[in-house]
Amino acid sequence: MISRRHFMQAGMAASALYGASGFGNWGRLAAQQVLTQDDLLNFETSGNVTLMHITDIHAQLMPTFFREPEINIGVGDVIGKPPHVTGADFRKLYNIESGSPADYALTYDDFTALAGTYGRMGGIDRVSTVIKSIRADREDALLLDGGDTWQGSLTALRTNGQDMVNIFNALKTDAMTSHWEFTLGIDRVMEIVENELNFPFLGANIFDTEWDERVFEPYQMFERGGVQIAVIGQAFPYMPIANPKWMFPELSFGVRQENMAAIVQEVRDAGAELVVLLSHNGFDVDRKLAANVDGIDIILTGHTHDALPEPVLVNKTYLIASGSHGKFLTRLDLDVRDGEMKGINHRLIPIFSDVIAPDREMTALVEAERAPYQAELSEVIGKTDSLLYRRGNFNGTWDDLICNALIEEREADIALSPGFRWGASVLPGADITREDIFNATAMSYPEAYRSEMTGETLHIILEDVADNLFNPDPYYQQGGDMVRVGGMGYRIDINKPQGKRITEMTLLKTGELIDPAKTYVVAGWASVNEGTEGPAIWDVVENFIKRKGTVSVDPNTSVKVVGA
Amino acid sequence: MKFTRRETMLMALGATAATMLPGRAMADVDEKVAEFTGGAEIGEGGLTLTAPEIAENGNTVPIEVSAPGAVSIMVLATGNPTPGAAVFNFGPLAGAQSASTRIRLAKTQNVMAVAKMADGSFVQVSQEVKVTIGGCGG
Repeated sequence: MISRRHFMQAGMAASALYGASGFGNWGRLAAQQVLTQDDLLNFETSGNVTLMHITDIHAQLMPTFFREPEINIGVGDVIGKPPHVTGADFRKLYNIESGSPADYALTYDDFTALAGTYGRMGGIDRVSTVIKSIRADREDALLLDGGDTWQGSLTALRTNGQDMVNIFNALKTDAMTSHWEFTLGIDRVMEIVENELNFPFLGANIFDTEWDERVFEPYQMFERGGVQIAVIGQAFPYMPIANPKWMFPELSFGVRQENMAAIVQEVRDAGAELVVLLSHNGFDVDRKLAANVDGIDIILTGHTHDALPEPVLVNKTYLIASGSHGKFLTRLDLDVRDGEMKGINHRLIPIFSDVIAPDREMTALVEAERAPYQAELSEVIGKTDSLLYRRGNFNGTWDDLICNALIEEREADIALSPGFRWGASVLPGADITREDIFNATAMSYPEAYRSEMTGETLHIILEDVADNLFNPDPYYQQGGDMVRVGGMGYRIDINKPQGKRITEMTLLKTGELIDPAKTYVVAGWASVNEGTEGPAIWDVVENFIKRKGTVSVDPNTSVKVVGA
Repeated sequence: MKFTRRETMLMALGATAATMLPGRAMADVDEKVAEFTGGAEIGEGGLTLTAPEIAENGNTVPIEVSAPGAVSIMVLATGNPTPGAAVFNFGPLAGAQSASTRIRLAKTQNVMAVAKMADGSFVQVSQEVKVTIGGCGG
């Protein structure tokens, strides 16, 4: 990682490359209550190419609250490096004032109070305003979507992603890549890609299992400002492992580093002067890829939901992290001359929904998409006394609530909730609507199973998931968080090898250690196995909240973390 | 569709003669290597093994080996009950000394390849392939 000052110097050193980044001084302006749209969008157009990056919106068309993680541990070579920096360390690293809008947008602490001050973020009609404003500066700016677009809301679920396809067509997106898109099932994905999408669906690392041939275009060439630009798409590498393979049985993914090196060579040979990788690898995988594969100028990262106010320079590649849930859009102005990138101006633009005016055309489109479901979306199910949020390596209050619901509604000893990173937050004191519940649960394999597992099996599951998160080699990580556990505590030493990390597994209701040979009743959801049976998780959660009226979630102290 | 080792497809190139090792119980990895090399010293370089970092399906893991100038390449799944996976022999008319196949991996382990070069020297390479129960991503 490099600080802003180092960033400038590094730029100077590398063949007179110049650069600028950061939030400007709008933080201070906002503190004085004079934050305006102009402050957020003010950007001196430079160079000859402009890129816009949005990713991991998870079907959030409306402004939402989204609390960033408190715990986001890096392992191996990336200990303490962005994006594995949170809270006060993050503020210090990026020179962010406590209590400022940037603090609210990028860190977790004091979230509830700051949410009251600065309001919701995102909203695709606000994003559209920003896009139009950038296009007013540079008409042919490229809009690139990193994927996880067609899943994550009630409307996307009910329409099989149609609402998001319509909206992203309307935004005049230039290309996208993918992950959760495939959980709509391969037939639906092909229907959208072949008949409905107005722009390429890129996946250099998607092959068919039988003949090992590419299924989608690996890249798209664009000419902008007289510059030949190659945009290469890289889908989530662990699709058939982290999500149900039976939904797309004939597709194979993987990081495929050699394949990426070959594609970069291919586009350079074809005349690309600027090579952009639109990636859903996850930040640490991209960092390793950038170190090992030469010739990529920009990696637009995704999947791990990181928002970084500055690029991270690796090898000669700039890694950009544009957050999630529509909270941010990144603008990059690049100066490309004589076949190479000479300059980069970067801004992570925060979408403060109370500051940026909605684009009325887009508001109307969103309303039309939501209208058939409005009654269902807005029904109040209950209330929360606690802040409900998803992110954190080990737990979040949304999953604590889901686990509590699974244990009570399904009469289980132990509950498991997957380490998803998507799901909007709900403020304490607020109503919980059905839309809120779906924002944390909407996906295509929601069955809440109830089964018996031995203590040994539970241990194997926890070890397996922990290695997907804490393997020191990023190519062996899958980019989700740790499986959330209800009714059971454990100790984890993240630096141990697989099989040795998890100890002291304890059944909370009795305080007894888990017996490897004993059988426990376990409830969970989002199994990747075909034929899983049970009620949909949103029904389980809704029944639980209805029964309680008002829910509150106690602080979770059941995971002891060692070695962080 | 599930592949057993016996059903594994072989897609060796050119005039390659490919031989599957018999499925009966074999000596352990060291013995297997010693048998292949006759105890000769083993170097590194000139042999590439391409395999996924994490297997999408442990029952059929695609691998590729390539060693320009090799006369024979042995592939071992070091963590399987019977580690021998394949031996590819390349005749003098082979257009390229590379081959790909799919192997079954019982668990997370190192996949190892040893190549015998035309001059009688040996090189080896190995890569860990993780076999995971999956889920919980994203």
